[in-house]
Amino acid sequence: MCAGVCFVSCSILRASFLKYFFLNFYIILSLFADLLRQFVLRFYGLDSPEYGYAYYYTDCLLTVALFVAVISLASRVFGELNLGRYIRLVAVLLLLGTTAFSYAVVAQSAHRLATMFAFELSQNLYFVGLVLTYLLWGAILKLQESRTRVVQMVLSLGLYFSAYAGSFALANLAPKYVIVQYLGPILGCFLPISWALTIMRHSEDSRLTTARLVAVPR
Amino acid sequence: MMAAFILAFSLLTLLMFFVSYCRSLTASSLHTSISEDVRDVTGIKVRAAGRDYARVIQILQLCPDRPEDRSGLQIVGAYYSFLNLLEQGLAKISPAVRAWAEEERAGCAHFAAVALGRRIALNREMLAQQVDL
Repeated sequence: MCAGVCFVSCSILRASFLKYFFLNFYIILSLFADLLRQFVLRFYGLDSPEYGYAYYYTDCLLTVALFVAVISLASRVFGELNLGRYIRLVAVLLLLGTTAFSYAVVAQSAHRLATMFAFELSQNLYFVGLVLTYLLWGAILKLQESRTRVVQMVLSLGLYFSAYAGSFALANLAPKYVIVQYLGPILGCFLPISWALTIMRHSEDSRLTTARLVAVPR
Repeated sequence: MMAAFILAFSLLTLLMFFVSYCRSLTASSLHTSISEDVRDVTGIKVRAAGRDYARVIQILQLCPDRPEDRSGLQIVGAYYSFLNLLEQGLAKISPAVRAWAEEERAGCAHFAAVALGRRIALNREMLAQQVDL
């Protein structure tokens, strides 16, 4: 939570709140989601259906917000090619397609449709976001994007998505280890911290050489 | 089986993004040349080499801390340790990997040297302020 407050404060201090509005929106939403979950947990308990609804619906909302944040970075990268409008159109189509697909998957289980749908949509949209981030990174290298802030924010997203996917896989492979359960919350802090560092460390005009970023030299 | 595949793939992409993220940090300091003060103190002649990193960090620790540099130095420090591991392991088999790792270690040393330059400048500023008082 502190990390989220730190990122939003840094954005406001560096006059970048509106420039990176959707990233800030995601972080603010995650702060509210945390508060709501805490509130429901305290009043209804961990095993209550209310907590289940609150958890899965806020998670779904956060995944949609993260998807929008990825798209906002993509439209920045492609903005100079005047492709921003097409990116937004593709994003809407992807979102609608994922929603329809998720609905089709859970339509059979009518008795638990609401929670199952939220869970399925969240999971599928997370996967779409992950693939989009990898594609975005490829586009950054191809288009030789040099804005330090955009590059580092996309790299942070890539690190976050990769680490999160890894922690999920690890939780499936080794569920008995307690440390695995703490990986998710630890990773949750990473994104706001790394974004805050990027905002604080670099100005909007800061540039870097994209050729230096390729992990394996060509 | 599927979970193992996802784990392997995500570790691979994590490594790729980690290397790129660290390179983006070191690349941001490449536009800044190493100051004369740093050259005098560290003995770096023309270009920082990988082996200079440890010495630069030792001197950095003697200077007053700049909170803005702390996180960057920690991440680059972790990257330097990773490169050292790579050099001790995989690089023994492949000379290309060794050359690449050495180049990267030099980038880390340059990053640290630029940070040292900023700290020395801050130190001078603080001293000048004290003299004014």
